[in-house]
Amino acid sequence: MQGISKLRRLVFSSTFIRIASAITTLFGISVFVFLVLRVIPGNTITGAFGIETGALNPQQIAELRHYYGIDQPMVMQYISWMRSFLSGNFGYSFATGRSVFTLTKVALPVTVELAFIGTILGVIMGIAIGMFSARKPGSLRDFGGQLFGLLALAIPGFVLSTAIVTIMANKFHYFPNSLEYMPPWKDPWMNFQQMMFPGLVLGIAVAAPVMRTTRSALLETVDKDFVRTAFGKGVPSRKVQFKHVLRNSLIPIVTMTGIQFGYLLGGAVIVEKIFALPGMGRQVLEAITRREYATVQSSVMVFAIMFVTINILTDLVYRRVDPRIK
Amino acid sequence: MAKKKEVSQRGAVHYYLQSTSGVVGAVLLLFMIIVSICAAMGWLPHNPLDQNIESLLHAPSSKFWFGTDDFGRDVFSRTLDGMRRSLTVSITAVSLAAIVGITLGILGGYLGKWFDMVITRVSDVFFAFPAILLALAIVASLGNAWYETSLAIAIVYTPIFIRVARGPVLSVKEMDYIKVSRILGYSSPRILIKHILPNVFAPIVVQIALSLSWAILTESGLSFLGLGTQPPNASLGLMVSDAQPLAAFAWWTLVFPSLFITIVVVGLNLVGDGLRDALDPARRSS
Repeated sequence: MQGISKLRRLVFSSTFIRIASAITTLFGISVFVFLVLRVIPGNTITGAFGIETGALNPQQIAELRHYYGIDQPMVMQYISWMRSFLSGNFGYSFATGRSVFTLTKVALPVTVELAFIGTILGVIMGIAIGMFSARKPGSLRDFGGQLFGLLALAIPGFVLSTAIVTIMANKFHYFPNSLEYMPPWKDPWMNFQQMMFPGLVLGIAVAAPVMRTTRSALLETVDKDFVRTAFGKGVPSRKVQFKHVLRNSLIPIVTMTGIQFGYLLGGAVIVEKIFALPGMGRQVLEAITRREYATVQSSVMVFAIMFVTINILTDLVYRRVDPRIK
Repeated sequence: MAKKKEVSQRGAVHYYLQSTSGVVGAVLLLFMIIVSICAAMGWLPHNPLDQNIESLLHAPSSKFWFGTDDFGRDVFSRTLDGMRRSLTVSITAVSLAAIVGITLGILGGYLGKWFDMVITRVSDVFFAFPAILLALAIVASLGNAWYETSLAIAIVYTPIFIRVARGPVLSVKEMDYIKVSRILGYSSPRILIKHILPNVFAPIVVQIALSLSWAILTESGLSFLGLGTQPPNASLGLMVSDAQPLAAFAWWTLVFPSLFITIVVVGLNLVGDGLRDALDPARRSS
């Protein structure tokens, strides 16, 4: 009994340390994004007025600077942004006249749905093809599987998306993404059609590293004594593959999936643009060109929080998969 | 001592050449490098910027090997020139990232204490970012010139090199021969360069090949989004982006630049895998 409570305390404290370090990381990110944006030539005024900025007189510029809040010292700007971020309205987007939270509330589900579809498709494809490959290393099927992994790694998402859009729109006259975006709770069938291809593009990108990790992890586990024992005592081959080999190879696969989910959020920027999905990627991209500081900062923070959370979750999943990790 | 080292080096090359995929990767990569050198020397059938109103959207022919685009520019020359630009940006970026990252990583691992803590914390911050988003923000703040894109990509990939270099240093530093060197009174720079650097060599070489492939993808992604190379200059990502409305009736505008990106990334990945197997004695048997 005492052993168990000791262990639990250990787990608790390491989780605690992880969360504390995650908060420091998030703080670092907030400062970094804040500073990078201030280095960008041009500011919210030039972003909003374009070349007409030159026609403004100093008085007007001063008033606009005050209006946008960029006449304050940097530290004050940071504090005021942090305050609005933590209070949950995320700051104000001048171009849309809404709070960044309102924008994010609409955009975030799109990206999260996309990332989920991408991850699920990617993990299924990756593990299936990895297992397919690892069954007979060096064979023709292994070659085929590895070729898939390599191409999926090497063909950029924007190339794949462009090719899909071109073929669907011109050969089959089918391009659901040219219609207005439908959230799944309004029109699930339309939503599925709009998400299917971008999800597939992201899924293929995830499948590549997952497949490679699965293959090498499986090959490593297959050589272990307990697998030979399982075969030796007559456990059916399929059962050995899943219960002994795959189960004991899960750790690197879970790690890889966690990492990939994070990168999907980045990959979403390009895919959302091509498939005209109103997600977080597009929100950031547009806000950067308009120099909307609060929008970029808060959106990036949302990305970062998700990324860090996923890392912590990956850690927790490890512990479930591998009881040896304390 | 010297002789032994030579043998092991020859061993690595020998093992590398034994792997088919490694050789294929090296050939693909070499092809792309030669092609880029041709573009850099101006040995192209047409000027990549020359617009020709009489030959808009010509299909591939003996005159225009990869056809022409909607400005009548030669896609073959533009693809080669774009490859040159991608490689220049990526090689510069990765060299920069490797030099800074390895130095910081080795110093951090070796010196430890607050220096190491600051470096790990800062790289954690960078790791909590999707790479393309980070590059996007930095490019937006720096500008579009090729060296600015390089710098942005370098900043994104420096933490990876820090991590790759730091890990082995942490384990090597506790080994007896390093302790002995310290007791013998060798200076820190000597220990770092002569005894620690060779031990982190293998993972770093592999990392360089892989990072180059990511850098090429990031660069082309940025120019696809309109944030890298600016028109009328040719860049593979930009060519794909320009091909979007054309691809339906002029497939060559999309296919050839895409093919070149894919080939160079495949090549770099194969080279990376080959190097990993060749430089790691434990994996040679498999």
